[in-house]
Amino acid sequence: MIFALVGNQNSGKTTLFNQLTGSNQHVGNFPGVTVESKSGFIRGYKDVEVVDLPGIYSIRAYSTEETVTRDFILNEKPDGIINIVDATNIERNLYLTLQLIELRIPMVLALNMMDEVRSNGGTIDIEMMSERLGIPVVPISAAKNEGIDELVRVAYETASKRELPKIYDFCSPGPIHRCIHAICHVIEDHAQCADIPLRFAASKLIEGDDTDIISRLDLDKNELDLIGHSIVEMEKEHGLDRNAALADMRYSFIESVCFGTVVKARESKEHLRSAKIDLVLTNKYAAIPIFFGVMLLIFYLTFNVIGKFLQDLLQSGIDALSAVTDTALTSFGTNEIAKSLVIDGLFAGVGSVLSFLPIIVVLFFFLSVLEDTGYMARIAFVMDKALRKIGLSGRSIVPMLIGFGCTVPAVMATRTLSSERDRKMTILLTPFMSCSAKIPIYAVFSAALFPDYAALVMIGLYVFGILVGVLIALLMNHSMYRGNPVPFVMELPNYRFPSPKTVAMLLWDKAKDFITKAFTIIFFATLVIWFLSTFDIRMNPVESQSSSILASVGAFIAPIFTPLGFGDWRISTSLITGFIAKESVISTLGILTSESGGVADAISQLFTARSGLSFLVFTLLYTPCVAAVSAICRELHSKFKGIGVAVFQCVTAWIFAFIVYQIAGLFMV
Amino acid sequence: MTLDKQPPGSVGVITAVGGEGALRCRLLDMGLIPRTKVKVVKTAPLGDPVEIRLRDYELTIRLADAALIEIEPLTDEYKVPAGGAAE
Repeated sequence: MIFALVGNQNSGKTTLFNQLTGSNQHVGNFPGVTVESKSGFIRGYKDVEVVDLPGIYSIRAYSTEETVTRDFILNEKPDGIINIVDATNIERNLYLTLQLIELRIPMVLALNMMDEVRSNGGTIDIEMMSERLGIPVVPISAAKNEGIDELVRVAYETASKRELPKIYDFCSPGPIHRCIHAICHVIEDHAQCADIPLRFAASKLIEGDDTDIISRLDLDKNELDLIGHSIVEMEKEHGLDRNAALADMRYSFIESVCFGTVVKARESKEHLRSAKIDLVLTNKYAAIPIFFGVMLLIFYLTFNVIGKFLQDLLQSGIDALSAVTDTALTSFGTNEIAKSLVIDGLFAGVGSVLSFLPIIVVLFFFLSVLEDTGYMARIAFVMDKALRKIGLSGRSIVPMLIGFGCTVPAVMATRTLSSERDRKMTILLTPFMSCSAKIPIYAVFSAALFPDYAALVMIGLYVFGILVGVLIALLMNHSMYRGNPVPFVMELPNYRFPSPKTVAMLLWDKAKDFITKAFTIIFFATLVIWFLSTFDIRMNPVESQSSSILASVGAFIAPIFTPLGFGDWRISTSLITGFIAKESVISTLGILTSESGGVADAISQLFTARSGLSFLVFTLLYTPCVAAVSAICRELHSKFKGIGVAVFQCVTAWIFAFIVYQIAGLFMV
Repeated sequence: MTLDKQPPGSVGVITAVGGEGALRCRLLDMGLIPRTKVKVVKTAPLGDPVEIRLRDYELTIRLADAALIEIEPLTDEYKVPAGGAAE
């Protein structure tokens, strides 16, 4: 038996899903889109699965989230729908309910946050509401785990008896009523043939913008004319156009359902508290400084304190283990190559995967707190104007800022963005925010080549990265993502205390996701690089890296960089190793130039100020490391697209480095 | 008068909702339909978007979109609690 869990954003859907399934969850994706799908078995019911559908406000065909929901219910035909509704905000939440009822699937209404309604002195007559809506209504509090067992029992019963919603007529006598019934009459057999619920099909025809459903109905010209005519007639009589008339019908019905059943609290404590918090957090003068303060604090704690501590701890653990293994293998007299495979290949590979883990977990802890408290919506509210110019909405600022720390969690964080378009665009832009692993490269180069302007060069690079990102965003707006950005009409939910369980489960998800999905790719890439740097073309183990296959590959691609001013094989080789981790660029350069003294000396021999600048621009913009690429592949749901992003970055980097090199040529030698 | 011209703190009743496509549908779906009472709560620090209250919840919309919503200002604007449709 399969249930679909459907509800508005901020209705407590994720919390309810976690309560229903416990840790028994499977995270995947809906086919072909970047919308996450979660499913799991309901606790205590071995054969009852629940699928968590995206948080939506309406079933239209305007966003991927909406079509995913529509298609899941129409095509997969779940045995039942559990519709979660925020009782403190019942009118707007029931709007989706009415559309779900039209889909003719056994359905239960989970009236969430009833504890809040009651504690504020409000009441809802559950029985009367259930009677007026024609579906069972169960009051629950997902956060407090109240009423969940009853909900599951009622849902199970409704689905087993295949009890369809008893009411599906929301129109009061009048023009809209006549229009709906006239259309139903025309399309009845078409809807049956296409296996689309009649009432739902009629609504879609009146709304007129779900071309998918309309074409599936396969109506001929005569019928379409007839329908068009009755819609025009209705608009004339009603005074409102088709879409407004339908929305008006639904809200009028909702008002009649709520009249007498819902006694609203005069004042809600939660709302008063939210308004007070907002006096500070969205204050005209304080909001933006507070936002950057919060982000700085999160950065500081993640990259300097907690995350760093855990990372160092993990690293010293791996180092210790690696040292012990090294000694053991040496005393056992193991072959040098095999030992190198274990120490430089396996341990280094595992180490580089695991080194990301503490940062991801700590960062996502803070992010989920921001999200669940409701502050993230305020960030979108405060920062929206600044991001609108590049075609994004305020929410995208958070992943982009995290990109300055590490691209991997930044890309993973795009999943909370509410539209697929924003998600894709943000993923493409995040790598342009210079990640912290590149700082050593900038530092060493600035010190060697521009000792007097080191700080200026650093800041310049960060700004340059942002500018290129903005430029790319503007180009994308005019090409692949032209047209309809998703409208920015967003709810500002009341501030709430995040549920520790939801936060914990999110952290577990993210950690598991990263380990399982990133492990193979990163591990494999590390082994390949190990292999390439350990053997020469004749498969003989090399004395020094300079005669390895990697160096040959570096020499082979070096001419590509000649127009940029750094066509030396040692430089191209170190750029290749930068794909594993950006930190490797400097260390590889150090190894390959060991005969010429320190790295700094080598850099001043290999580079001029002009080619150094071009090199820095190239490292700023070229492909993110393998961990980031694997995160991008994962979030875009396509290896092909992920690799495409990496190639795109390399090309962009080459072009900009070339431009910088040419322009710099006008001023320096 | 349109919603974007309303000062923070003022209340009005929607008379018409303009716009088209996804945006208009989104506005209607969120309950911004004729006869609904709307209160302007505040403007974002950068001057756009605005926060409004209707049907017992807060919504944020951009000024350009608020300009599509025709509204009839209520005279006793500070006395009426926002939320719910006008009678």
